[in-house]
Amino acid sequence: MLRRTLQLRPSPHLHSGASVEAIMMNVAFALLPACVFAVYHFGLAALTVLAVSVVTCAVTEHLICRMQNRPTTIGDWSVVVTGLLFGMTLPPSLPLWMVVLGGGIAVAVGKMLFGGLGANPFNPALVGRAFLQAAFPMAMTSWPSTSPDRFTSLPASTLAWPLMRPEQGPPATDGMSGATPLGLWKSEGIDTPLADLYFGSVSGCVGETGAGLLLLGGLYLIARRMMNWRIPLAILATVAMGSLIFTPLVEGRRFDPLAMLGSGGLMLGAMFMATDMVASPMTSLGCVLYGILIGALVLVIRAWGGMPEGVMYAILLGNAVSPLIDRWVQPRPFGPPARSVSP
Amino acid sequence: MFSPKGSFRHGIHPPTGKDDTRDQPIRQFPFAPVLIVPLATMADHPARPLVVEGQRVQRGQSIAEPDGSMSVAMHAPATGVVRRIALAPTIEGKMLPAIFLEPFPASSQVITGGASCDTSASRDEVIEAIRNAGAVGLGGAAFPTHVKLAAARQRPVDVIMINGAECEPYLTTDHRVMLEHAADVVLGIRYLLKASGAEQAVVAIESDKTDAAHAIRSAIGDEASIRVQTLEVKYPQGAEKILIAAVLGRHVPSRGLPIDVGTLCFNVASAAEIGRCLATGSGLVDRVITVGGPPVRKKGNYRVPLGTPLRFLLETVGTDDDVEVVFLGGPMMGQSVSSLDIPIGKGTTGVIALGPSETAGIDRQRRHPCIRCGDCLNACPMFLNPSHLARLAEGGQYQAMAERHHLMDCFECGCCSYVCPSHLPLVQQFRIAKAALRR
Repeated sequence: MLRRTLQLRPSPHLHSGASVEAIMMNVAFALLPACVFAVYHFGLAALTVLAVSVVTCAVTEHLICRMQNRPTTIGDWSVVVTGLLFGMTLPPSLPLWMVVLGGGIAVAVGKMLFGGLGANPFNPALVGRAFLQAAFPMAMTSWPSTSPDRFTSLPASTLAWPLMRPEQGPPATDGMSGATPLGLWKSEGIDTPLADLYFGSVSGCVGETGAGLLLLGGLYLIARRMMNWRIPLAILATVAMGSLIFTPLVEGRRFDPLAMLGSGGLMLGAMFMATDMVASPMTSLGCVLYGILIGALVLVIRAWGGMPEGVMYAILLGNAVSPLIDRWVQPRPFGPPARSVSP
Repeated sequence: MFSPKGSFRHGIHPPTGKDDTRDQPIRQFPFAPVLIVPLATMADHPARPLVVEGQRVQRGQSIAEPDGSMSVAMHAPATGVVRRIALAPTIEGKMLPAIFLEPFPASSQVITGGASCDTSASRDEVIEAIRNAGAVGLGGAAFPTHVKLAAARQRPVDVIMINGAECEPYLTTDHRVMLEHAADVVLGIRYLLKASGAEQAVVAIESDKTDAAHAIRSAIGDEASIRVQTLEVKYPQGAEKILIAAVLGRHVPSRGLPIDVGTLCFNVASAAEIGRCLATGSGLVDRVITVGGPPVRKKGNYRVPLGTPLRFLLETVGTDDDVEVVFLGGPMMGQSVSSLDIPIGKGTTGVIALGPSETAGIDRQRRHPCIRCGDCLNACPMFLNPSHLARLAEGGQYQAMAERHHLMDCFECGCCSYVCPSHLPLVQQFRIAKAALRR
């Protein structure tokens, strides 16, 4: 007995078992219901966009790791989350070459350029989307109408060649119109029924139409303690309460709190984008301030911005401010400060 | 005056691992062929030996007298003969002087006593008796009890804390001592009340030890100056500053001591030994420890003679062949040992062994960069920012860590490393930083 050489190990000799892999894997799982719904709702187009996005992001990260002569980091699952989130923010009919380009930018510029996992100042998926929004504003705001043959054929624009003008699909004759609820609300003053907002039969980006399912996924992560609930709560509460204030402020449009919460990318953004741990503050108070800031920016952009939706820019601005919030809001150490003169 | 809350913010809930030993009664441990009695419980303050090589000693007889204000007396843990006085290994890796004692085969467990000290003695007499009994903090730090009490001579103390939280996983010694020696604990508290000049004593016990709390309450009877406070089961509930805040609602200042808020903290085992020793006039010759961990066969709580080498201890209880790590104390703060020739000291609360499946569980975990999840901030009981401290530590900015980010408030509980999903060595780096700054 006791023949082995003893190991000298520093305490603690126990660990909770938490891991980055488990967190990222669970975030991916939490996104799945909304993704499955998107495939049902938008058909093959959504499936293709999501698959191409995930594969592009993973391949980009792998290649960059190889270029840097270090072991690949795709095993930590964070790039899968980025890929899913990026795909979910795109219109389902987006040409696939744009998905590839944007996914590459998301991971290469948004994440790896800054040092990979843990170093990205902005949510990488949103960096990719912001790039596409700036480069291809038309394609990024073209919404297909759902058609009965969505499970058998792809929209014509999906397979368009790079930098060629995408063929216009046939005008929507059946199903619903191609405009998003926020677009209708902003330009034409039309409200979409709440049930459609939360359970999906509206137009929009791949992953933003099923607000109810996104909420469910977020609640799962909160229950597993893998998400800071303060961030989505602060954002959603700010938007809901702010809506009441904004209605008299902005002429001609009604800010219905529940409609505001359920439309556009808000639920996806609040639950899964703004909560990117790396790009959000670390303290509880910091997270609340960050959430309020993002919520307020969303309302301001929706009310006065040039575009109907502003969740992406609101979160990117929130990301930019989060180091400053972290600097201001530090935990206050236990006990009164040390006396300068000892007795 | 009190704002009893019985808990604290942040902290963690590790698996307690106490089920194997909490119901094991304390058993007397046999004498090793050679006992190694260190002259110092704290490295820099050795006692002066009173014996010479070849001299015969009785169990309980004083074999070293205090030398300097920080040192305490040492007593022979067994009846036998002093083989030599030489350097012996310590857990820190230093070699320090120790008395090597060879017990006679027939050495009895009876402890030779001396003049007892009853509670009617004067305050200074009690403090001196505590020092001559060789009493130090048995909770792990082994800080001399009389030094704390002497401080209370200069500054007022109105309430003393008797720490029975035992928040470290695996350890059940305090639990068993309270359960089996409640009368000694209460007697010890009476001596400590006298010596500290405090009016009240609070025995703080985590709520998973209701039987111990009940035993202490019965031993107290209707004595108004002592009360029991139960606490939430949470780590590190038993840390001095945390305990005082949880029970008294007083916050010890940064880098301060409990006496800054009018209190002193003593471990329940210290109280029990003080009660035992002062009543009989004997000295501290053994202590109760938990021997456990998955590879240990006869897990349990043992009253072990001081100076028992770890090798004899582990061979006597029996272990699997593939012990990988042995550490003294609990798994959250316990130090692992490099040599089994290290003896059980006054500050040893437990001896825990881990096998390959436990170490592999930790080694298998892949390290990642910090993902800024904030879990360490929400675990740190001192409200530090371990993530930021670690970033500074990697750059070697130890000064900045101490001056601007309160590094010295870290008492190394290990909660940050326990929760970190990136498996970063957080508290480990802080320990290095603190050691570098002290030099």
